[in-house]
Amino acid sequence: MTRTRRVFTLLILASLCAASAWAIERFPPPEFETDYVMKETTVPGPRAEWRQAVDVTVLFAALCAASWLVLKKRSRRGVFVLMLFCLVYFGFWRKGCVCSIGAIGNVCLSIFNAEYAAPWYVVAFFFLPLVFTLFFGRTFCAGVCPLGAIQDAVLLRPLQLPAWLESALRLMAWLYLSLAVLFAATASAFIICRYDPFIAFFRFGANPAMWVVSIAMLVIAVFVGRPYCRFLCPYGVLLRQVGRVSKFRVTITPDECIQCRLCEDACPFGAIDKPTVEWPQKEYVRGRQRLLILIGCVPLFIAGGAWIGWKVAPKLATAHPTVALAERVKLEQAGVFTDRIDASKAFYSSGKLLEELYAENDEKQTQFAVGSAMVGGWMGLVAVISLLRHSIFWKRSDYEAHRAGCVACGRCYNYCPRHRKWKENKALL
Amino acid sequence: MAQQNPDNLNRRKFLREGLFGGTLAMLGAAAAAISAKGRKTEYVWQIDPYKCIGCGNCATHCVLNESAVKCVHTYAMCGYCDLCTGYFVPEPKALDTAAENQLCPTGAIIRTFVEDPYFEYTIDEPLCIGCGKCVVGCAAFGNGSLFLQVRHDRCVNCNECAIAAACPSQAFKRVPADQPYLLKDGQ
Repeated sequence: MTRTRRVFTLLILASLCAASAWAIERFPPPEFETDYVMKETTVPGPRAEWRQAVDVTVLFAALCAASWLVLKKRSRRGVFVLMLFCLVYFGFWRKGCVCSIGAIGNVCLSIFNAEYAAPWYVVAFFFLPLVFTLFFGRTFCAGVCPLGAIQDAVLLRPLQLPAWLESALRLMAWLYLSLAVLFAATASAFIICRYDPFIAFFRFGANPAMWVVSIAMLVIAVFVGRPYCRFLCPYGVLLRQVGRVSKFRVTITPDECIQCRLCEDACPFGAIDKPTVEWPQKEYVRGRQRLLILIGCVPLFIAGGAWIGWKVAPKLATAHPTVALAERVKLEQAGVFTDRIDASKAFYSSGKLLEELYAENDEKQTQFAVGSAMVGGWMGLVAVISLLRHSIFWKRSDYEAHRAGCVACGRCYNYCPRHRKWKENKALL
Repeated sequence: MAQQNPDNLNRRKFLREGLFGGTLAMLGAAAAAISAKGRKTEYVWQIDPYKCIGCGNCATHCVLNESAVKCVHTYAMCGYCDLCTGYFVPEPKALDTAAENQLCPTGAIIRTFVEDPYFEYTIDEPLCIGCGKCVVGCAAFGNGSLFLQVRHDRCVNCNECAIAAACPSQAFKRVPADQPYLLKDGQ
């Protein structure tokens, strides 16, 4: 048992230089006298590549089916069944990953970071729904997106929200998108994925805080139609803008609107626009004045937003692990903290120089200062444009599905008497 | 108003068509630009064993209830020690397989006698929770042949790995799927 004694001597020696010693060969591998065969470390492979191709194919097929069901077949039931299938496939079976919403992070990181390139199927997940929306409206939201599906499935007692509240809450989605781009571009975090409110259900697992958020979100979804899609979804913001110029889209009536008002309250997402009445002359003049003032204020909003962005940049920057570490190490060096956390322990034992860490920190801080100011300015512009829109008179003679807001779920179809007529005629043929 | 309408409509239609075409072209250009850079293969998450400090976050932060991170063993680096500091608690009562002597909270390391004085240590993966206690023990006083790795038969490859976000030593990184492991090689 000489070896045991050797071990103990070494134990004492090693404990003296434990921090710096890392994977040093203290005990040379033995020469075996028996016919012992040394084992190999097993390396089970990742998910086979062809299965990502299956996912993209299912996405493409589902998008085609959704567009056909919504626009050609005009079938709410069909969309609902497709939606449930996609909830099971993309949500519970594929565990909600990768999804088009989260792909924003990969695409941004790919654009801003030289070392990372988004894999082909993530790029497909990002662009396919956008292209389909450009042609057919937001059929992705209606039938394919698992996050939309889980909210749509629990919507039982929809409340109507006032238009101003809806506009104001929608700014959150813009902010979420802008921050997601900022954090992904600086390689800090994919916040869309980190704070996905429905992943807890898809995986039957999450940390306690996310469970609370997830359950709260689902409870809200019972009363407020698709709260995530309307007020938070960063991808929804993109789809809305593309939907504005889409080639085809949901029309409540298959042919002509007879102004029967039956569809007026049909939409739980506040996406049916009523015909407008001409503003009184006085209102019109006031609207024009307000418009002029607001246009004058555009630079103010942008500058104000940029200033706020600039101010909060150091706070946002701590989302990056290197910045958080550098801040902590600085405080430890200054003697504010006497104890060390895991991160600073790891840093000290890595042998990296303080100057190197501080230099990396400065670089990230600069990135964040610029990026955050840009996000702030952009948010200012978005806010002022949403105000501007309320000061313009939009002329409309029929009941129409809103180009951006309509998620193409097809709920309004059955409210329309013209649709029922159309369906009867079709059944006869 | 009435005679303005057709003209108005045409102008609107023209604008819409223009915007549609513009957006389509923009999407196409963006997709082309990004896929020009795109790799054929995907990325998976892996731990750089030389950065890992065995803090234990892997056991608790994975989205899976049983972490996708497990301890692995490079046998070629192992000293086959009788007193394995990855296997035994500090100052064990006896060098045997009794639970109170084992460092592993789940008893996931199998100790088998090879020949005097050598013992082989194998990880029973279904039992391993990826806490890294043995990793720390082995690295502190042994050869560092035990280390943590993301096991790809378990990993669901989240777009943002929850453990990576909590890793204090930034040891988690995306690696190409055709080389999904960062093993210590024993050289």
